[in-house]
Amino acid sequence: MSIRRIAIVAIPYLWLLALFLVPFAIVVKISLSDAALAIPPYVPTLDLSAGLEGVKEFFAGLDFENFVFLTEDELYWRAYLSSLKIALLSTALTLLVGYPIAYGMSRAPSEWRPTLMMLVILPFWTSFLIRVYAWIGILSNEGFLNQLLLWSGLITEPLTLLNTNFAVYVGIVYTYLPFMILPIYATLEKLDESLLEAAEDLGCSRLSSFWTVTLPLSRPGVIAGCFLVFIPAIGEFVIPSLLGGSETLMIGKVLWEEFFSNRDWPVASAVAVILLLVLVIPIILFQRNEQKQQEADQ
Amino acid sequence: MSPDAAQQDTSQQASREFAPWNDPEERPLIRFLSVTKKFGEFTAIDDLTLDIYRREFFALLGPSGCGKTTLMRMLAGFEAPTGGTILLDGQDIVPVPPNRRPVNMMFQSYALFPHLSVRDNIAFGLKRSRMSREAIEERVAEMLRLTRLERFATRKPHQISGGQRQRVALARSLAKAPKLLLLDEPLGALDKKLRQETQFELMDIQERTGTTFVIVTHDQEEAMTVASRVAVMDEGRIVQVATPAEIYESPNSVYVADFIGDVNLIEGTARPKGENRVEIDWAEGQPPLIAASQERLAPGTRVHFAIRPEKVAISSERPAQAANAFRGRVHDIAYLGNISTYHVMLENGHLIMAQTANSRRISRRGFSWEDTVWLSWTDSAGVVLTR
Repeated sequence: MSIRRIAIVAIPYLWLLALFLVPFAIVVKISLSDAALAIPPYVPTLDLSAGLEGVKEFFAGLDFENFVFLTEDELYWRAYLSSLKIALLSTALTLLVGYPIAYGMSRAPSEWRPTLMMLVILPFWTSFLIRVYAWIGILSNEGFLNQLLLWSGLITEPLTLLNTNFAVYVGIVYTYLPFMILPIYATLEKLDESLLEAAEDLGCSRLSSFWTVTLPLSRPGVIAGCFLVFIPAIGEFVIPSLLGGSETLMIGKVLWEEFFSNRDWPVASAVAVILLLVLVIPIILFQRNEQKQQEADQ
Repeated sequence: MSPDAAQQDTSQQASREFAPWNDPEERPLIRFLSVTKKFGEFTAIDDLTLDIYRREFFALLGPSGCGKTTLMRMLAGFEAPTGGTILLDGQDIVPVPPNRRPVNMMFQSYALFPHLSVRDNIAFGLKRSRMSREAIEERVAEMLRLTRLERFATRKPHQISGGQRQRVALARSLAKAPKLLLLDEPLGALDKKLRQETQFELMDIQERTGTTFVIVTHDQEEAMTVASRVAVMDEGRIVQVATPAEIYESPNSVYVADFIGDVNLIEGTARPKGENRVEIDWAEGQPPLIAASQERLAPGTRVHFAIRPEKVAISSERPAQAANAFRGRVHDIAYLGNISTYHVMLENGHLIMAQTANSRRISRRGFSWEDTVWLSWTDSAGVVLTR
């Protein structure tokens, strides 16, 4: 291999090294340290002036204490489980809402499609934080939704919607909907119309041709969309902390509190390392799905 | 044209008895009764009436946009006629949705389901019907055998070649034993060699299964090779429906004559001469053309005389007994291996094509560029067309 080719291959790996591996190594290191009243708030720190002795001392100071602690306090594994549950359920809800939208878009006259696509992407033009705040205005006791329901006479007392898990689901579904719609739309739009005609010709009703042809052929898009929603949703912090209540337990929120409220960087880092390990599994599955689809396309 | 014409002869002999369209007792399988189809302002099918019989291999032939695909899609049920009736086995099928018609279609793109194996593709239609699992398996195995795909049963469509995909599409559309099979440009995606092989395979399968086939094609050779009858279409109308030989030898119009094969067209004024004979004045200073004509033509009618190049004899001397003989100069020679086509310019500047078979290997080719030659043909070699 010539130097040029090595350089071309090396650049992305250098980025990966600088932006992912090095920070991750630092986090792993902190997770093995002990909390201390110092700056930075953990020991040991590497003291190269002490020479080899200093390095030895540094490694001697590292241990798995924090990980053991995570298993001892039930808060953590409950937070992990609860995050998993919220992420799974909200992914399913997003799919339920997103698939019909993507299907509708792909069936729309082709001259409408760019506009519809634009409408799906449009929310990204506003800050995510502002949009979540807007939901507070909608869901609060004096919010638009309650006012509408009171006005219509459906309820006589305002419903408590904000600061509940319900609000968290609404927030996640709302925020990640475009990530579900776009990959599904991409596969549905590619779908050859004549396949549906063939299915119908061979005796399928409209509904059964959807189940036997459209749905299986859009599976790669569905899988991609689900991962794109599930992976960020599991570590979500902003939505549960703004819309969720005291009973909303999510690992992102726990992480934030460990870091900023408790200033316990080592435990926070340990939480982050475990979260990453939990996420690696779906990420690998996602990659494999993408790869399979690429092979099928060739 | 000539190799296919030869093939046509043999297949014609084999099915000499098969001519239900001449039998007044025979009931057609499909009847189009003044069918019209409009897309907005555009008229795709214009008041069309057509009968297709059981076990026929019927070809719809025409240039793109002539309405042949629309006609087929109406049979499949994907388009509804704007006016008129379509009868299948005596039953009006216009209100019947595609999934309830005893009609299957082989799509131009094949439309194989990419997520299903060859076997499951073929079984797809059978699984929609109330057939037992054993019966389905048996039928699929039969179809695999018929199309010689046994070895590829477990493969996915993207893992097999174009020719194999074409056979899967055929097997899938035949699996439900439809009363009528529609083939939309079935061989369009294959290369020439494979296409010719597949044409014979199609004919063979059609004969063995006894299914009525309707094929849409813009390839006249394909239509001539496979079909029992050909309908030549133009702008939403049928110009002529006849056997391939009739279409070729007795076209009813300039359009058909010109669309099928090569033809010399000469325009002139008719002068009837006794029973079934007509003289055509076609150029100053040239003797009139003498031709046979079934029609009684009024004197002075503008007509086209159409003659196929292979019916024109070429010689160096004036032939003694020929109804028509004209002198000209060899303008161009196209050597095609099996045949040679001479483009001969007559004295008045008119170009006529004459074809001879190269039956001897490295024969001394009789004529060269600029040679003076005589073209001749009998009075029944060509046809007189009034439209």
